Amino acid sequence: MTDNTPQVAVRLTTSPLKQFRDRLAGGELAYQVDEDGRALFYPRVAAPAGYRGELRWATSAGLGTVYATTFISPKGESAYNVALIDMDEGFRLMSRVESIPAEQVRIGLRVRVRIHPAEGDEGPYPVFDPVEAA
Amino acid sequence: MNTTLKRGSAAIVGVAESDLGEVAAGMSVIDLMAQGVHRALADCGLALADVDGVFAAAGQSRMPSTALCEYLGLKPRYQDCTMMGGSSFMTHVAHAQAAIELGLCEVAVIAYGSTQRSAGRKNVAPREYNPYETPFRPVLPASAYALAASRHMHLYGTTREQLAQIAVAARQWALLNPVAWEKEPLTVEQVLAARMVSHPLTVRDCCLVTDGGGALVMTSAARAKTLRKPPAFVLGVGESISHQTISNMADLTVTGAARSGAQAYAMAGLKPQDIDVVQVYDAFTITTLLFLEDLGFCPKGEGGRFVSDGAIAPGGRLPVNTNGGGLSYCHPGMYGLFVLMEAVRQLRGECGERQVAGCETAIAHGNGGVLSSQSTVVLGSASTI
Repeated sequence: MTDNTPQVAVRLTTSPLKQFRDRLAGGELAYQVDEDGRALFYPRVAAPAGYRGELRWATSAGLGTVYATTFISPKGESAYNVALIDMDEGFRLMSRVESIPAEQVRIGLRVRVRIHPAEGDEGPYPVFDPVEAA
Repeated sequence: MNTTLKRGSAAIVGVAESDLGEVAAGMSVIDLMAQGVHRALADCGLALADVDGVFAAAGQSRMPSTALCEYLGLKPRYQDCTMMGGSSFMTHVAHAQAAIELGLCEVAVIAYGSTQRSAGRKNVAPREYNPYETPFRPVLPASAYALAASRHMHLYGTTREQLAQIAVAARQWALLNPVAWEKEPLTVEQVLAARMVSHPLTVRDCCLVTDGGGALVMTSAARAKTLRKPPAFVLGVGESISHQTISNMADLTVTGAARSGAQAYAMAGLKPQDIDVVQVYDAFTITTLLFLEDLGFCPKGEGGRFVSDGAIAPGGRLPVNTNGGGLSYCHPGMYGLFVLMEAVRQLRGECGERQVAGCETAIAHGNGGVLSSQSTVVLGSASTI
């Protein structure tokens, strides 16, 4: 508890989400690490229980592995994938794998991040392509 | 909490559904809660004047205990609207037991209502925007459970046919329940050929979308013995919160039921093999499978093989979800209350055609969110006290 106090005592001028999206806009998939280098995602104002000390930002090399996968075929639309990706740095995020048919995405597939740019009200977000196809 | 609560100190003495299925136009969530409370009090022979504890949760009501107290004219000594999704009611049972033990109340009602079918699901259950999930358009909650299923299939070779067996068993039980929503038989082939919602789950792997509500009445063990019907004593309770969003669930094949179940068994002094009837929240076919494993009815990874060949259907070796479950009986959005109701009715021996012979112990397991909150209640008849 006391470990986190200095960080949360300071009034923030940018939210964790804004910082994450600003980094995405700059071409980086960012995550946070604690004092021991343990990876954390989604970005937070301070470390949760089980992590140590203050959080700092880090940049992923962008490579990961599909941990779980599903696909959805809305009426009149082509199927799209939804997957959980385990990044090599040790954090997990939801995303989708593109560039191959949604139903061909398999658990264990190696993938590389690509930044989907902001559109209208939606901020930028990370999507993935198979490493071989990228 | 299990170190302080006493096994069998309180009991569920009254249970009732409100109107179910698609209720009359204009019925409100609180109308349904009130129907449930009046009917559950009639079930045990108590009156509104006896009620001094009020517990309620609903997806469509921000302050359900105050709304229900106004409607029923109650001025309870104790109230609680703990909200953790569909498992809320198991936790209400645990909290009511604690309150009754401490003398904070003596007769508690636990109520729920939903009009999600008649009001339209999109109107009543808006999902919170999550910048780390919403852009990817998962069909929630189904896609979260589909992701868990993908993982179980990958690790253990579980098949879509095995998942379909769970839907078929639920339907067979529902055909023995006169108030079940579904009235027609279902085959594995029909489940597999149904509209795909989020692969590998078809619409028949998913719970129903109905209206409905109801209530339970709880009181002290001493008072329970003076009432009309055989009490269902609360032998054990346990709860666990492991995450909120599916991207933050550590292992998609191991749920918090492993922890909540272990707590409830320890307090009850019982093991899985001591349980006569199993009621688990079946939001999706994969949910039943995961809970059978995590509550100890089969080893981890064996769920698919365990449910094959009618093992959990009527006449099978383990009676599971004997009312037809959320898959075929009723699913108004937070189904946990109905899981408890069926466990109580089985212990009382009032389930007619679907009655499990010699039922003295029951487990009622609730699930909330996307496998997020888990809460388990072990109940027993007077012979277990």
